[in-house]
Amino acid sequence: MSDPILIALFAMMILIALAAIRLSDLFAVVIMFSIYSLLAASMFVQMDAVDVAFTEAAVGAGISTILMLATLVLTGRFEKPSTHKSLLPLTVVGLTGAVLVYGTLDMPLFGDPNSSVNLHVADRYLEQSSTEIGIPNVVTSILASYRGYDTFGELTVIFTAGIGVMALLGIGVRGRRK
Amino acid sequence: MINNPVLRVIAKIMIPLILLFALYVQFHGDYGPGGGFQAGVIFAAALVLYAMVFGIEAAERVIPAKVLKVLIATGVLIYGGVGVYTLLLGSDFLDYNTLAHDPVHGQHLGIFLVELGVGITVAAVMISIFLAFAGRGARR
Repeated sequence: MSDPILIALFAMMILIALAAIRLSDLFAVVIMFSIYSLLAASMFVQMDAVDVAFTEAAVGAGISTILMLATLVLTGRFEKPSTHKSLLPLTVVGLTGAVLVYGTLDMPLFGDPNSSVNLHVADRYLEQSSTEIGIPNVVTSILASYRGYDTFGELTVIFTAGIGVMALLGIGVRGRRK
Repeated sequence: MINNPVLRVIAKIMIPLILLFALYVQFHGDYGPGGGFQAGVIFAAALVLYAMVFGIEAAERVIPAKVLKVLIATGVLIYGGVGVYTLLLGSDFLDYNTLAHDPVHGQHLGIFLVELGVGITVAAVMISIFLAFAGRGARR
């Protein structure tokens, strides 16, 4: 974690997060979230996780921004002024954050070859992928073949989300054509 | 927004390029970064742009709600269907080795079909979620 680019990106993400908390114009907050996702995507690129970065840029910075803006059209642009005291929530959030940071102290360093994640099946996938699957992008071969069940699960999650929104809001059936 | 000529012209130029890029990401995912999830979202982005510039009704004429409902299920069915087909061929669920005459070709075909399923469902779900939200806003 001594890469200056990563540190700069993290610093910008923190600033964006603080700005998103401070702002009461929800349109600006949504744009802040979009910038946050773009910074996260740049961070994944810097960490050589291009596929993840691609997804983050397309989903996080792109589609979810549009969906939140579409929601804002329905709910209104400005936040209501808050009436509750912020001391207790601040304490709870602060404590939770401290516990989470304490938890990360045990975690292996980024890219540590001896961490348990890298000692399990990762080597086998990297070594066998070109002979067993025969496609250059190992990420795709893990996603679609070695871990095909998991991807099927993910797809079912998206399917369920679509069904849920359709059941709650409905599309194209009634109302629009008067 | 509909009457803004700059937006209309730029959108008309951009949309085919975005669709083409989505197809590239979809079918080139074996070789470069990308795959069904990303391609589906990019494909949906093109139609969302169309709906934003030309209106929800125009977008629903391009891709009617009935078609979207079928497409959402089609992607999952393709994915699951590949799994069931490999079962019928006598191997494990989603084990693509038996799909073609040799295992590597089978893997290629399996990954291609599975990613296609992912792309179809993701694109259809994203478009329909957008249409559901934006449609309510338009009706008010």
